[in-house]
Amino acid sequence: MKMAKENNVKLHGMWASPYVKRVEIALKIKGIPYEFVEEDLVNKSQLLLQYNPVHKKVPVLIHNGKPICESLVILEYIDETWKNGPPLLPQDPYKRAKVRFWTSFVEKELFENLLLVARSEGEAQEKAIKVVFEKLQLLEEGLKDLFQGETYHIDGETMGILDIVLCSLFGAHEAQEEVLGVKFIDPEKFPLVCSWVTALTEVTAVKELRPPHEKLVAVLQFIRQRALQASAA
Amino acid sequence: MAEEGVKLFGTWASPFSRRIEVALKLKGVEYEYIEENLTNKSPALLNYNPVHKQIPVLVHNGKPVAESFVIMEYIDETWKHNPILPADPYERAMARFWAKYIDEKFWPAAKKVLVTKGEEQKGVIDEIQQQMKNLEGELKEKKFFGGESFGFLDIAANIIIWLVVAQEALGMEILNEEKLPILHGWLQRLLNDAVFKECVPPKERHLDFFKVKFGSSIASK
Repeated sequence: MKMAKENNVKLHGMWASPYVKRVEIALKIKGIPYEFVEEDLVNKSQLLLQYNPVHKKVPVLIHNGKPICESLVILEYIDETWKNGPPLLPQDPYKRAKVRFWTSFVEKELFENLLLVARSEGEAQEKAIKVVFEKLQLLEEGLKDLFQGETYHIDGETMGILDIVLCSLFGAHEAQEEVLGVKFIDPEKFPLVCSWVTALTEVTAVKELRPPHEKLVAVLQFIRQRALQASAA
Repeated sequence: MAEEGVKLFGTWASPFSRRIEVALKLKGVEYEYIEENLTNKSPALLNYNPVHKQIPVLVHNGKPVAESFVIMEYIDETWKHNPILPADPYERAMARFWAKYIDEKFWPAAKKVLVTKGEEQKGVIDEIQQQMKNLEGELKEKKFFGGESFGFLDIAANIIIWLVVAQEALGMEILNEEKLPILHGWLQRLLNDAVFKECVPPKERHLDFFKVKFGSSIASK
């Protein structure tokens, strides 16, 4: 009989961080028990600084005492280490490449520009909003290819790394709309993206991990105010 | 009319397309190389990478893959001999972590150092040297980041070669044996490797490239 490998999993994170949310969703989907350590990002723990000296950021996953940093790196690590749960990536190398490509796209092109929208106003914000719409259009086109090639389907319960990353960005789209006054997840402009995001928000793991709407609105307002004050100074 | 074989769209001076050349040569994969002119991109490139319109793009049996790390992982998963990533998931995570660091922190700083001067440039140089010290912490006494032979992270770190050529072309002091002995030693081993050395731009042409493009914006020491 095989001895079960000791599996001690800790996650250092912060309740409102979308990057941390990605890791939580992955752990839940795989059915991996873990201890969540809430970090105060204004007063980071010694442990966090020790585990992530290079970036000093959350999330950090600690598996049997060994730290792994950067959410996308953590997701791949989880998939490669816990092979029993549902896979976070397809098997076929070409499909994996497509998923990784679009994950990188969402991370670099959408996330970054949405952050810009949140942190700016006036003309700068209008410019950033335009860029987000352009990137969403590219994603909408890309989804046609992904769904057609059967790299993808939404069945309401499974999620892979691309689903997780997109959900961590737009899962809170209602809070984003309320604070920023812009509707990005527009069913008329981006029907595929919209139906996908909607389906993802219904997945059990996502529902269980979503913070209350008012709290999300409050934290987004706080981030926005702080950024606007900093740029005005 | 199935398209067969492997094509690589790249440019001679791009560290990103050179990474793919290393990976393909390491695996002994035969490929057709297409040199792109980035001021006049081919319809084929625009067709294969409509999202970013960038090189490198690998086309395998007619199917395109873009983004250098995505391509490297694809190559490793498709041609399984001479693995580029280590077998152990934790070591794979470390390789991916530092590769990401190189592209997201080191590369922007390396580009910035070429277009800044005076105090601002000094600040960027300090930043780059700190980044390279961090990388030395990952390398330690190993021959390569990948161990006995080079791997994913060594290939990703090829940008350091570009920095070293740039510093020679423009009279900067950033990476030398005194300041960064571990990385300096690694660099010599990498440049002496039979496969790797075929995949760097020809030195003279590369020096000229930096002198012509950035020569006037660097303040003299």
